[in-house]
Amino acid sequence: MADPKATILTADELRRGLTRIAHEIVERNKGAESLAIIGIHTRGLPLAERLAQKLSELEGVEVPMGMLDITLYRDDLSEVAHQPIIRETRVPFDIAHRRVILVDDVLYTGRTVRAALDALIDLGRPEGIQLAVLIDRGHRELPIRADYVAKNLPTARHEVVKVKLQETDGVDIVELWDLEDIK
Amino acid sequence: MTSPTPHTPRPRHLLDFQEWTPERLTALLDNADTMLQVLDRPVKKVPALQGQTVCLAFFENSTRTRTSFELAARRMSADVFTFAAGSSSVSKGESLRDTVEVLTQYKVDAYVVRHHASGAAHLVARYTGKPVINAGDGRRAHPTQALLDAYTIRQEYGSLEGKKVTIIGDVRHSRVARSNAELLPKLGAQVMLCGPATLLPADLAALPGVTVTSDPREAVRGAHAVMALRLQQERMTGGYLSSLQEYADQFQVNEKLMGEAESGAIVLHPGPMNRDLEISTEAADGPRSRILRQVENGQAIRMSVLYHLLVGRE
Repeated sequence: MADPKATILTADELRRGLTRIAHEIVERNKGAESLAIIGIHTRGLPLAERLAQKLSELEGVEVPMGMLDITLYRDDLSEVAHQPIIRETRVPFDIAHRRVILVDDVLYTGRTVRAALDALIDLGRPEGIQLAVLIDRGHRELPIRADYVAKNLPTARHEVVKVKLQETDGVDIVELWDLEDIK
Repeated sequence: MTSPTPHTPRPRHLLDFQEWTPERLTALLDNADTMLQVLDRPVKKVPALQGQTVCLAFFENSTRTRTSFELAARRMSADVFTFAAGSSSVSKGESLRDTVEVLTQYKVDAYVVRHHASGAAHLVARYTGKPVINAGDGRRAHPTQALLDAYTIRQEYGSLEGKKVTIIGDVRHSRVARSNAELLPKLGAQVMLCGPATLLPADLAALPGVTVTSDPREAVRGAHAVMALRLQQERMTGGYLSSLQEYADQFQVNEKLMGEAESGAIVLHPGPMNRDLEISTEAADGPRSRILRQVENGQAIRMSVLYHLLVGRE
C-alpha cells in the first residue's frame, strides 16, 4: 500500500488544535453555560466528546452532547452507499434556547453541514448554531463557513484528507493522501 | 450494524424474499431503528425521498396497510397518490398490464401493489421497470408484514437467532404465514406453523427451518413469539372447519395456551382481529401483547423499505 503524501496533524497537534477550539468557544460564548455539542457521524462524534470534555474542564459545567446522522438529509444520495445504512441520531436534551456547536472532522463541499443544519432544525429551534471542524480543506459548493477550525488546509480535489482517531481507528493522526493511492 | 458484502447486487423490488440475503434484511431492520426515532421527533418527516413519487396501487381493499405505506412515504417526503381499483378503469375491464402502463406515464418512481391474485406484484414489476413493493398478493406473500413481525420479535429479544416463532390459524389462506415462513428462518429463527389439518398446506413443511403440526400445545411449547392468524371467515365456506366454536376451543391463542410458551413469550397478530375467535381478548390486550407495537413498527419498516429501494441508486 502507498504512503500518505503528508502528515497534516500529529496526535499532539490534534490535541492542541482541539484545546484551542475549546478556548475559542468559551471566549466567543462568554462561558459554556447554555451550550450543547453535537457531533456528526462518524468522526465528528469522538471529536465532539473530546470538546465537551475540554469545555467541562475549562468552565466547570457539564456540556450536553448529542450525535447526528445526516444520511436522511443528504442531497447527493446518488453518490453514496451501495448499501444505505443509517446511523443513530440521539440528542437527549432540548436544543431550544441553547447555542449548539456542531462538530465534524473535515469541512469540504459544505453539503454535509447543510444537511446537518436541516436535521438540527427539525429537532427544535436552537438559539444559534456554530460549526467546529478539525480540518477545512476548501472547495465549498455552498455558502458555509466554519466558526472554529483546527487547521486550514488548501487541497486539490484529487487529494483526500484522512482523519484517524483513537476511538474509531486506534490512532490520532491526520494525513493527506492522493485519491489514486487509496483506491 | 451489518453491512452486506459490496458485490451483492441490491434487490430492485420487494416482491418476496428470494433475492434478499440475510445481511440485506438485517440492514433493512437496522435502518428501521432510525425510522422509529424519526417518528418520535417533533418533526416526523425527513427529506430523503423528496421529489420522488410513490403510487399506492391497491387492487384489493385495505385500510391499515395502505395507511401505513402512505404515511411512511409521506414521512420520507415523497409525493404519494393512491390508485384504487374500485373507482378506476379496472372496474371497466382494463387489464392490469394496461393499467400499469398508464400509471407509468405519470412518472411514478415506485409502486406499492396490493392485489387479490398471487403473482400480481411480479407482473407489475415486469411492466414498470421501477421498484415494486408487494403489499400483499393473493395467498402468496406479504413481505412488509413479515418484516414488521420479525422486527417486533427482534426488538424484544435483540436477535432472531435461535428463537422459536409459532404461527397458529388459517395458514392455508395466509400470505402473512407464507412470508414469515420464508423470512424468519433466513434470520435464524425456527418457525412452527399450526392449524387444523384442513388449513395446513403440506408444501410449507418443505421450507428450511419450518415445521408444521396440528397440535397447538406442541406448537406453542417453548415458543418465544406466538402469532395468531385472522380466521378468514369469508373463506370458511369450503368445509375447512366443522364449527367456529370448535376452532376457537382448540386453536385460540389465549392465556392457557400461552402457558406452554417461554415465560416472556410475546403475542402477535397481523390484524384485523376476530376477538375471542382466533385470539382471546385477554391475550390481545394483555402484557404479552405486542399487537399495537406491530402497527407502529409497520410504519418504520415501510419507511426503511422505501428508503432501501429508492435511495442511492445510480
